[in-house]
Amino acid sequence: MTDLLEPRAIGRDLARRDGVAKVRGTATYAFETPVEHPAYAHPVQATVARGRVTAVDTSAAEALDGVLVVLTPSTAERLASTDDAELAVLQTDEVGFRGQLVGVVVAETSELARQAADLVRVAYEERQHDSVLSVDRDDLYAPEQVNAGHETDTAEGDVGAAMASAAVALERTYSTAMYHNNPLEPHATTALWDPAAEVPLTLWDSTQGVHPDRATVCRVLGLEERQVRVVCPYIGGGFGSKGTPHANVVLAAMAARALPGRPVKLALTRQQMFSLAGYRTPTIQQVQLAADRSGRLSAIAIDVVEQTSRIKEFAEQTGVPTRMMYASPNRRTTHRLAALDVPVPSWMRAPGECPGMFGPEVALDELADELGLDPVDLRIRNEPEVDPETGKPWSSRHLVECLREGAQRFGWADRPAPRHRDGAWLVGTGVASSVYPTMRQATSTARIRYADGRYVAEIGAADLGTGTWTTLPQVAADALGVDVDDVEVRIGDTEYPIASVAGGSSGLNTWGSALVVAAREFRGKFGRRPEDGDEATGDVDQAAQDEDHAAYAFGAQFVEARVHADTGEVRVPRLLGVFACGRIVNPRTARSQFVGGMTMGLSMALHENSVWDPQVGQVANHDLAEYHVTVNADVGDVQAHWLDEHDPYVNAMGSKGIGEIGIVGTAAAVVNAVHRATGVRVRDLPVTLDKLLTGLD
Amino acid sequence: MDAEITLTVDGAARTLTVDTRTTLLDALRERLGVTSPKKGCDHGQCGACTVLLDGDRALPCLALAVAHDGAEITTADGLAADGELHPVQQAFIDRDAFQCGYCTPGQVCSAVGVLAEVDRGWPSHATEDLTADPQLTHDEVAERMSGNLCRCGAYVNIVPAVQQAGGVQA
Repeated sequence: MTDLLEPRAIGRDLARRDGVAKVRGTATYAFETPVEHPAYAHPVQATVARGRVTAVDTSAAEALDGVLVVLTPSTAERLASTDDAELAVLQTDEVGFRGQLVGVVVAETSELARQAADLVRVAYEERQHDSVLSVDRDDLYAPEQVNAGHETDTAEGDVGAAMASAAVALERTYSTAMYHNNPLEPHATTALWDPAAEVPLTLWDSTQGVHPDRATVCRVLGLEERQVRVVCPYIGGGFGSKGTPHANVVLAAMAARALPGRPVKLALTRQQMFSLAGYRTPTIQQVQLAADRSGRLSAIAIDVVEQTSRIKEFAEQTGVPTRMMYASPNRRTTHRLAALDVPVPSWMRAPGECPGMFGPEVALDELADELGLDPVDLRIRNEPEVDPETGKPWSSRHLVECLREGAQRFGWADRPAPRHRDGAWLVGTGVASSVYPTMRQATSTARIRYADGRYVAEIGAADLGTGTWTTLPQVAADALGVDVDDVEVRIGDTEYPIASVAGGSSGLNTWGSALVVAAREFRGKFGRRPEDGDEATGDVDQAAQDEDHAAYAFGAQFVEARVHADTGEVRVPRLLGVFACGRIVNPRTARSQFVGGMTMGLSMALHENSVWDPQVGQVANHDLAEYHVTVNADVGDVQAHWLDEHDPYVNAMGSKGIGEIGIVGTAAAVVNAVHRATGVRVRDLPVTLDKLLTGLD
Repeated sequence: MDAEITLTVDGAARTLTVDTRTTLLDALRERLGVTSPKKGCDHGQCGACTVLLDGDRALPCLALAVAHDGAEITTADGLAADGELHPVQQAFIDRDAFQCGYCTPGQVCSAVGVLAEVDRGWPSHATEDLTADPQLTHDEVAERMSGNLCRCGAYVNIVPAVQQAGGVQA
C-alpha cells in the first residue's frame, strides 16, 4: 500500500500553465531556439532501398557560395559506438533502407542547404531489396523478447484441443496498417558544439526525455554526461516517435561538431520523417476464440506477424494484452518478425496494446454475433477474477463498470437493429474494451527548494501536451501541503535532476512519485517553516512499490457509425469512452488526453495508412496531403468519462496513467459499429469505402 | 538572387533581404526570428503556419516572401500585442483547445479568419442555405477549421472555443 496523498490541488480543473505561451506562439520549440548566427543543415538520403554507396561527389555542392560543411560516409567523424545501427550515422557505405542518411550539408541559409543537398551526387551499387511483409514468408523468426521486455511467446493449456471440442470456435485473421506518428512539430534540433566551454555540446532537441536523449547521444559520440546538455521545455507532439532519439539527432550533433562555435539547426521535412522518425509496424493477427453457448471462453490465442528493419530490431508487443484481458483456461500468444529492407519501426502511442486490442476485440464481436449475445454481456462474462497471466490480484479493475456505465451513457440498450437505415445512411453501434498497463520507471529524481516564499521543484520531465507543466505543481502542492500557486515546477532540461522518458503513460506516475518523496524529505528536514535556500531531493526508487498486484487501467469505447448506402462513406457522429484510470489529477488536461487518444483511434480506424510501394521500397503517400489524419470535420461528439477509482497500490497520487489508453480499443469499436450498420466485417484496417461497397446492396 | 523587401509584422515595419526562393514562412521564422507561425509540413497541408496576411488567413509556407513586399502580417503573437489575449486565445485556454501547442498559433489565426469570414457572410461547404447569413454551428466551424490539423486531437474543444469567441453559447 502506498501512503495516498490527500487531494486538494489534485483533482482540480486548472488551466494549463503554458497556455498563454502556446496560444500566442511564444513557447519555444527546438528549432526556434534563439541563437546567434545559426547555420542550417539539410540531410542527404539514400535513393536505393538496399545497396552500397560507391562514390559521393560533393564538388557541385561545395562550390556554392555559403555552403559551410558537407559530411559523407567518408568524411564524417567516427562515432564511439555503432552498436545501434540506426544511430551509426554515416559510419558505413551500406544502405539498409531507402531514405537512410548518406550525408548532410550545412550552409548559411536553409535554402542553400537544401539546394546543396540536392547537388550531392551519390553513386550506389544497388541490390535487390525485400520489403514486403506476409504471413507466408519462410524467414519469419521469433525475437528473443518483444518491446518492454515481454516474453515473445506464452502458452497455457491446449488451445488446439479446446478449439476442436468447443461449441463455437472462431478463427480469423486481422491486420492493422503501417502508421506514422506524425507529430505536428517535425523532429528538430538546434545543436551547438563549443569545445572550449565547460559543457561543450548543447542540444535543444524535440524529445520526450532530455536525460535518456543525452544518455544515448553520449554513448554514440563517446562523451561524458557532464559534457552534454539537452534542453526541451516544449515538444510539439511525439506520440512515441520522440521517445528515443533517431538518426536526425546524431546527425545534428555531428554537423555541429564539424562547425565548432556555430549553432546548427536541423529539422526533418515532413517527407523525411516517413523514413527517419520511426513508425508503427503493420501487424497481421491470427486470432482464435473457443467458447461454450453461454459465451464463456475456453480458449483465446493470438499469433502475430509483423516487421522490423534488417538493420535494427524492434518487436512490437502486439500479443501482450491478450495474455491478461479475459479469463480462459487455454491461451497462447506468439510473435514472429520479418526483418526487411525498411525503415526502423519504433514506439507509437500504446505500442502493443493499440494494435493488439484490434484483432481480439473485433473477434469478440464476431463471436457475440455467432452466439446471439450482446457484445457487452460477452465481455462481462469473461471477466477474470485475477490476472490470468500472473495469477496476481488486480490492484483495481473496473472494466465491467466501464462497460456498464458506457452502455448506459451511450444509450446502448436502445441500439438500432442490424443494418438499420436512416434515409441514405446505414446506422450501427459498436463497442470494444481498452487496457493499458500502469507503469512506473525505475529512475527519476526531483529537487525541491524554498526561495522567496515559494517552492521550486525541478525535474527533467517533459510535457508533450500531456499537461505536465500544470499537473506536477498539483502533485507537489499536495505533497508539500501548500497552495498550488505557491509551487513552481521547472522541467525539460538536463540541468535539472534526472527524469525518465515520457512514455508508456508512466510520466506522472514516475515523476510525481519522485516529487512526493522529495516533498516528504523536505518537510522531514525543514518542517513547515523553511528558510530560503532549504533544499531536499527524492528518488522514485524510495517510493513505496507494490509487487503483489497486477496494475492496469481499463476502459470501454462506444461508437455510432453511419455508412452511406450508395457510396460507402463512413461517418462517426458519436464516440464515447468510459475509463477507470485511478485518480485523475487534472480533469481538464485528462479529458483532453482521453479525447485526443480516441480521436487518434478514429484516425487509425478510418484514415491512416502508410501505403508501401514495394517496387521503390518506400511509403508512397509520405506527406500530410496523402497520409490522411482525422481533421476537424471528421469528428462529431467525442466524450470521455471516468470512474472515481481509488487504487491504493499504484503510487501516492493513486494515478494510473492516461496518455495511451484512449487510442486502445477505439478502432475495433469503429469496425464493430460499421459491421452492425452494414453487415460487412472489415478485418483489415483502415475501413475504406472500397472494402464496404461490395457488401452493400 | 537576393531582394530587399519590407514587411509589417505584428505592427512593426521590418526591412530585410531575402533569397528570392525564401518562403514568407522562412522569412518570418529564420530571417526575422518571428516563430509564432509554426512549420509542420511546408506544403500547405497542415495549417500550422496560418497567419493573417493583409487581414485574411493565409499559409506563408505557400507564399514567396519576395512576392509580398509591403504586406501586413499578423501572427498569433501579434493578436495579443498589447498583452491582452484575443478572445479566440482566451477561449482556447478556457476550453483546453490544444495540447502540445504546435498547431495552436495557426488554429488561433485561422479561427480569427473564420469569424471574419462568417461575419462577411461567406458560405462554406457545410452551409445549407446559401442565401442566409451563415451561423457558427458545429458543422460550420468544423468545416472551416479543417485546414488546420491537430495531431493531439483537440478538435472537440476547438469548435466550442471558436463558437465561444464568436459569441455563441456552446
